[in-house]
Amino acid sequence: MIGFQLKRTLKIGVKSLWLHKLRSMLTVLGITFGVCSVIAMLAIGAGASEEAQAQLKKLGRDNIIIQSVKPPENQRASQEQSRLLQYGLTYTDLDVISGTVPGVIRTVPTRQVRTSIFRRSHRMDTSIVGTTPEYLPVTKSTILEGRFLTPLDMQTKSNVCVLGRHAQEVLFPLEDAIGQVISRSKLRFRVVGVMTSLQRGKFGAQEMAADPNSEVYIPFSTMKRYFGANNIYNSSGTFSAERVELHEIIVATRSPEHVRPAERVIRHILKTLHDKEDYQIIVPLQLLIQARHTEFIFKVVLGSIAAISLLVGGIGIMNISLATVMERTREIGIRRAMGAKKRHIVFQFLIETLLLALFGGVMGIGLGVILPAIVQRTAGMQTSVTLWSLMMAFGISAAVGLIFGIYPAYRAANMDPIEALRHE
Amino acid sequence: MPIVELNNVWKTYRMGHLLLHALQGANLILEAGDMIAIMGPSGSGKSTLLNLLGCLDRPTLGAYKLGGRDVSTLDDDELSEVRASHIGFIFQSYNLIPQLNVVENIEIPLYYKGVSERESYERAVHLARRVGLGERLRHVPTELSGGERQRVGIARALANSPLIVLADEPTGNLDTATGRQILDMLYELNQEGVTLVVVTHDPNVAATAHRTYNMADGRLDISNS
Repeated sequence: MIGFQLKRTLKIGVKSLWLHKLRSMLTVLGITFGVCSVIAMLAIGAGASEEAQAQLKKLGRDNIIIQSVKPPENQRASQEQSRLLQYGLTYTDLDVISGTVPGVIRTVPTRQVRTSIFRRSHRMDTSIVGTTPEYLPVTKSTILEGRFLTPLDMQTKSNVCVLGRHAQEVLFPLEDAIGQVISRSKLRFRVVGVMTSLQRGKFGAQEMAADPNSEVYIPFSTMKRYFGANNIYNSSGTFSAERVELHEIIVATRSPEHVRPAERVIRHILKTLHDKEDYQIIVPLQLLIQARHTEFIFKVVLGSIAAISLLVGGIGIMNISLATVMERTREIGIRRAMGAKKRHIVFQFLIETLLLALFGGVMGIGLGVILPAIVQRTAGMQTSVTLWSLMMAFGISAAVGLIFGIYPAYRAANMDPIEALRHE
Repeated sequence: MPIVELNNVWKTYRMGHLLLHALQGANLILEAGDMIAIMGPSGSGKSTLLNLLGCLDRPTLGAYKLGGRDVSTLDDDELSEVRASHIGFIFQSYNLIPQLNVVENIEIPLYYKGVSERESYERAVHLARRVGLGERLRHVPTELSGGERQRVGIARALANSPLIVLADEPTGNLDTATGRQILDMLYELNQEGVTLVVVTHDPNVAATAHRTYNMADGRLDISNS
């Protein structure tokens, strides 16, 4: 039986460390920063990947999103005289894609008009989005109350609309929206449904990347009937007109395996139909793979930084432990003379480095919880500290304490007690 | 049965090609309750003898029986156990652990002997009172005078109820009056049955002992004076 009396050894350890408070604090800083960066790294990494994956899931793994993009200035120069800027996806594109691309089960067009919507005294600057009933399943959105657009709405080009959650809150803060009427200039739309609040993320087209929750959805046919294809904007005193037939086409394929071939065909089609790059193709599946890859690199880089600081922290602990052992040579001699075995001495010093490292680890955990919170506040990045990462951090600091404590403890235990007693 | 029995004990150190005989056939027999003084110039082998008696070292040749058990061939762990259970040390420079208070210093041998926390605490307090430090239980060594420190040292040496107490110049760092008190205390303990080996330069100490040995060039001889 070894007879280590853990509690008393711990007490002695704490006492010795407490005797040199400043030194102990400084010694553990390396561990603290190491552990802190491990936790912060995992938290920021996990947060970023959760965010990215949630967004991408919303976009749909088996979807391909094609968006109209205003071509860059130099390509536009030739059209300057015409005043009417024409670009983007067309009905022809939609027909060709839905008719010819293998593996495609649905194509959902959308067209947006930025405008102001009124409900009595409430006003909201938002976008009216014309789309088809299939928009709902393809974007994996859901209805909170009422219904979404129906094929009948499409046929009759009726003046109905579905509100995004935020639009509903702004326009109908106190009353039930369903069955009420909203207006845009002389047009009136009856509200038939409200969508569930959703996160669609940052992959939407640039200029119309308004929050989908504030949008107002109307049947595509109705949109065509009232708004035509020209959008007129008033920017800094000069009117500019654009002609964009479709702002976005969401192509739903049968399964993720069909995404890549379909994408290739679509790219080819659009290249033939368009003489300039006035569209962009977003493949959420590919983005997902990219996001995972980026996350992996991120983790490797941060992981190496964390490993280096832990290594440095560990060496710091070892250094101080060796100094402590030298300083306490006399104490070691006394304890040996009083009957301490080598392993008692090993245990005593190991406990001390372990305590140091764990103390550093706990401080690191504290910092590591605070730091991601600060990042979240200031940089707006999503972070998530997992219990798992805290436990790992604790384990790592314990391991560092043990590994870097072994050599000093071994040195201490193998001193000749007679020499140690004589040591000044 | 004698408590200590040294039979033709040699201790030889190798220094390069040179062999240094620190002990040359030392013989010593101590009965329970003995108090002996060992005198001699520095370098004569007193410390070596004391280290051997204290089981901090093993003889190169010869046998050492402590309490009837041959301890000259034990390994490091076994020697540690013997020290924890049967040996008490008193040092010239007290050798108290600075961050521990009086009670905790006295408790050290009990800790390694494996005595329970509560029992060892009670014993330490009892011993502290016995050496007159009942009012200073929570003081650390730096808050004590030299005489008080040595009394802590004595209490610590007695903590494990040892077979022998080895004192290395116990009064060497003290003024005459305080030295006298410490000596009286040692004498008192001996009267109560504690077996004592005192290494000293002090003739007063030698006069108190039952027998005095002279050490010269690694040889131990009983003094005629």
